[in-house]
Amino acid sequence: MPRGEATVGRVMAQIAMVMNLDKCIGCHTCSVTCKQTWTNRTGVEYAWFNNVETKPGVGYPRRYEDQEQWKGGWMLDKRGRLVLRSGGRVKRLLSLFSNPDLPSLEDYYEPVTYDYDNLISAPAGPDMPVARPRSVLTGKPTEITWGANWEDGLGGAPQNAGADPNLSGEWAEKVRFEFEQTFLFHLPRLCEHCLNPACVSACPSGAMYKRVEDGIVLVDQDKCRGWRMCVTACPYKKVYVNHATGKAEKCTFCFPRIEAGQPTVCSETCVGRLRYLGLLLYDADRVGEAAATPDEKDLLDAQRNVFLDPFDPEVVAAARESGIPEDWLDAARRSPVYALVSKYKVALPLHPEYRTLPMVWYVPPLSPVLDAVDAAGGDQDDPDHVFAAVTRLRIPLEYLAELFTAGDTDVVGGVLMKLTALRSYMRERTLGEEGDEAVVKAVGLTGQEAEDLHRLLAVAKYEDRYVVPAAHKEDAAALSAMENRCPVETADEPGAGDGRRVMLGIPTLRRRTTDTPAGGHP
Amino acid sequence: MNTSAADLLLWVAVPYICLAVFAVGHVWRYRQDQFGWTSRTSQLLEHRWLRWGSPLFHLGAFMVIGGHVAGLAVPASWTEAAGVDEHTYHTVAVWAGSVAGVAMVTGLGMLCARRLLSRRIRLRTDRSDKVLFPLLSATVLLGITATAAHNVFGAGYDYRSTVSVWFRGLFTLSPEPGAIAGAPLLFQLHALTACLLFAAWPFTRLVHVWSAPVGYLVRPYVVYRRRTAAATASGGRRAV
Repeated sequence: MPRGEATVGRVMAQIAMVMNLDKCIGCHTCSVTCKQTWTNRTGVEYAWFNNVETKPGVGYPRRYEDQEQWKGGWMLDKRGRLVLRSGGRVKRLLSLFSNPDLPSLEDYYEPVTYDYDNLISAPAGPDMPVARPRSVLTGKPTEITWGANWEDGLGGAPQNAGADPNLSGEWAEKVRFEFEQTFLFHLPRLCEHCLNPACVSACPSGAMYKRVEDGIVLVDQDKCRGWRMCVTACPYKKVYVNHATGKAEKCTFCFPRIEAGQPTVCSETCVGRLRYLGLLLYDADRVGEAAATPDEKDLLDAQRNVFLDPFDPEVVAAARESGIPEDWLDAARRSPVYALVSKYKVALPLHPEYRTLPMVWYVPPLSPVLDAVDAAGGDQDDPDHVFAAVTRLRIPLEYLAELFTAGDTDVVGGVLMKLTALRSYMRERTLGEEGDEAVVKAVGLTGQEAEDLHRLLAVAKYEDRYVVPAAHKEDAAALSAMENRCPVETADEPGAGDGRRVMLGIPTLRRRTTDTPAGGHP
Repeated sequence: MNTSAADLLLWVAVPYICLAVFAVGHVWRYRQDQFGWTSRTSQLLEHRWLRWGSPLFHLGAFMVIGGHVAGLAVPASWTEAAGVDEHTYHTVAVWAGSVAGVAMVTGLGMLCARRLLSRRIRLRTDRSDKVLFPLLSATVLLGITATAAHNVFGAGYDYRSTVSVWFRGLFTLSPEPGAIAGAPLLFQLHALTACLLFAAWPFTRLVHVWSAPVGYLVRPYVVYRRRTAAATASGGRRAV
């Protein structure tokens, strides 16, 4: 679907992310640093704004991808109109008193701490003292029976992973049957900061919003009244209820860092360097139309068509008219995300069929395919073997297609072939050979493009992976990162009585102002 | 009509003080504590009792509030002018009131039960809840007991010529303490706990009543906000 002669509408910029799944080693550094930064507080112990799942697996919270059960995202009604799966406006207000589709804490997991004190205070005895787990919610000793990454590395997969909602259809039988030669990959997940966010659309208070300047989706903590419709509406289950404050919290895309031109914490600390951050320009007037695309399999193209080419003079003119500053336009042209999503088309959205137009995209993993080539006795360096495997393999192509292309195996297969061709071509080049350009031509790349894509995927440096333009100085009053003092500190530090500061790790239910005492009450 | 000092205190001073606290308290809380202004949902921690208790309580409460408006604010002469005679009014009030009252009491009972029986919820019950739940329960129980004792099983008591007159007098600034002074004890206690409930209201989770999101019905789905506008709206710390 070409853009045709349609004029460019309201241009907006979005800071978006791409993750190259082949590089994810499942170390959870992103999750841990995110947790230390954002959710190490009472009320959100169970919440992981960023988590890393093993796929196949039921995920976190359990079976969140089963929208028949959880009613997340959008769908088309009988007349083809875009409606929230959790129901219309009236139904939403009627379910304020008890939301039938809200996951309970058991669907996440019961957060625990340990009796660390017992390790040093236990009386001398014949046995080594142990630190037993205690529920953070009740203070009672508890059994740990589930967690945010319980299935790590397919742990418990024979019992649990069959319940993965992506394992539907006939081909899925084979996955379960051949678990001895199974496959796995890691899927880091965070808020998608969607173009058509279901959470924002479901918020009765209007407390959730998408920022015009950078597309980050946030919860206004002062306006949230705890109606918890956002949790149900988000198909990725990336909005959480803080059970201490009774308010919604979610991934902020580390907006204070983004505003200062720095990458998010999960990106900054990513050991595998698999994350890319950059701008995408999009036509805000075409979002609704794209989200309402009749065929689920066309949603990927529809979303790509909402993105605008920052090199197109017409787009640049419209962007200037919409108030996007020059350095942002420049950043949009250098954006690695634009390159991976729109230029090379190797990145795919997670579950486009939810119709939220998600903005964290993934380069699908080639490794499970290569493993299968090996297992079949093929040579994974020979593109012919891999091409043959990609097309012949029923697993995991269908599985990847369920995740990234609403079940369209041709698209995922195409991306995997592109990656295979690139690998083969660059292998020859690296070994000092000429390289057979016909291999990459067959997947739509020139030799130069192959070199560039390889560079971006394999050796890109910090400043190539993270092209984050700082927010504008004229908005300086609004910039949290530009404040001349740290808004967060511990109780021992001098000046803690200053009301603008927030205590970390201390249950603070009421925001303190200058005339209220410190600490709040638990 | 002679009114004793006690009557003046109970039926004029106390109601006005409570209403003043109600009004000033709301203004203060709304300006000072937007962050604490929430329904304080606990569905995440316990949903089995809440599933039935909360809708029963809330829907019952809507009917009960409607009934109180009809019974207290609307003078008997108006309903008669509208063609509703005393017998019809009484029958409808008793039947609808019973249904609403039973729903509200059952729902509140379930909500109190989960708060007491579920350790997760009990530990997250704060000081305001410890005031609110007993006060609300006392008000509701006194109200339904008064109705049951006098109007369902008893000989019938026409509160519209006594309690309602006192209630309207408060708002027309011509208080008539004598009107309620002779009312049965249960009605008097119900009126007093209700006054205290109104005084406590702005300091509890009841404030979420004023945030009933009816505006959602007409709002566009996706909300966009400028960073600068967001910052000035809530003073810097904005969002998680």
